[in-house]
Amino acid sequence: MADEPEFESVITDEMRAQIGVESDPTTSEVTTTSVRMFARAVAYEDPVFYDQAVAKERGFKDLPAPPGYLGTPVFNPVNSDPTFGAQRGRGPRIQSPYTLVLNGGTDVEYYDTPITAGDTLTSSSQLEVLNERYSAALGGPMLIQVTKTTVKNQDGTVVAVMRGTGISYGPKRDG
Amino acid sequence: MAEQAYFEDYNEGDSIPVVSKNPSTQQLVQFAAGSGDFYQIHYDQDFARDTGLNGIIVHGALKHAFLGDLLHRFAGAEGHVKRVACSYRGMDVPAKEYTLKGTVTRKYTEGEKNYVELEIWGENEEGQKTTPGTGVVTLPSRG
Repeated sequence: MADEPEFESVITDEMRAQIGVESDPTTSEVTTTSVRMFARAVAYEDPVFYDQAVAKERGFKDLPAPPGYLGTPVFNPVNSDPTFGAQRGRGPRIQSPYTLVLNGGTDVEYYDTPITAGDTLTSSSQLEVLNERYSAALGGPMLIQVTKTTVKNQDGTVVAVMRGTGISYGPKRDG
Repeated sequence: MAEQAYFEDYNEGDSIPVVSKNPSTQQLVQFAAGSGDFYQIHYDQDFARDTGLNGIIVHGALKHAFLGDLLHRFAGAEGHVKRVACSYRGMDVPAKEYTLKGTVTRKYTEGEKNYVELEIWGENEEGQKTTPGTGVVTLPSRG
């Protein structure tokens, strides 16, 4: 293997201590309108996402959430991010020293109980992986964070587990 | 919906039906509303250029959902999508053909469920796999 250029690690003990620490939960809603909006946006064609009669015929209690849709975070200007809509300060509390970010990937596993309109979902997250590597494509080191989010419905049943990979790189913050 | 796929009909190495998307700027705006993510790099050319991009780009989460649609169509009314995973390796821009593809990598039965694992990806007009990933669906059996 070719030698990787050396770089200074940015991972501190404090950051490492956050691995596995569960965040405060966030709440998302799934409604008939939100399911149709999401399905329409992705151009899903299956009528099960639009027509409640079809959904019931297929055994769902209401419109099922299409793959990729884990509800819409309940928005309140008091504590929601105005751009991204998520409730602020609920994710793992790691601040990368790098100022540029990329979405590295998304992995969602769906459990046996379907997510359907009428559900209120509660998600809690934890940092699962903290890693750093030199990226030839980015021309420098990058910090990789994998966050695991467990999504439960109103009955406390796990309906999905999502893993999101965040990449940060580039110039460091001042100080 | 297309004809139902059955567990017996697919083997390792088989390709599944291709799905073509051509995400318009309108679709990106719809997805911003549908997902609640209003990051301006997905609909505001000036904002996107100011961040160093060449212009607006397709949401990673939309490409993930496109792969969900690929698997949902394959699983059909009697199957279920169990996992959709992908990496964002390259940026995609609106008004370009974006094609979703998959091939079966493994199939197995666990309990009463028939699982099919797949390599899946989204590719751009140049044939580059900008969004490689893996998926799992359950399929009904003919038996």
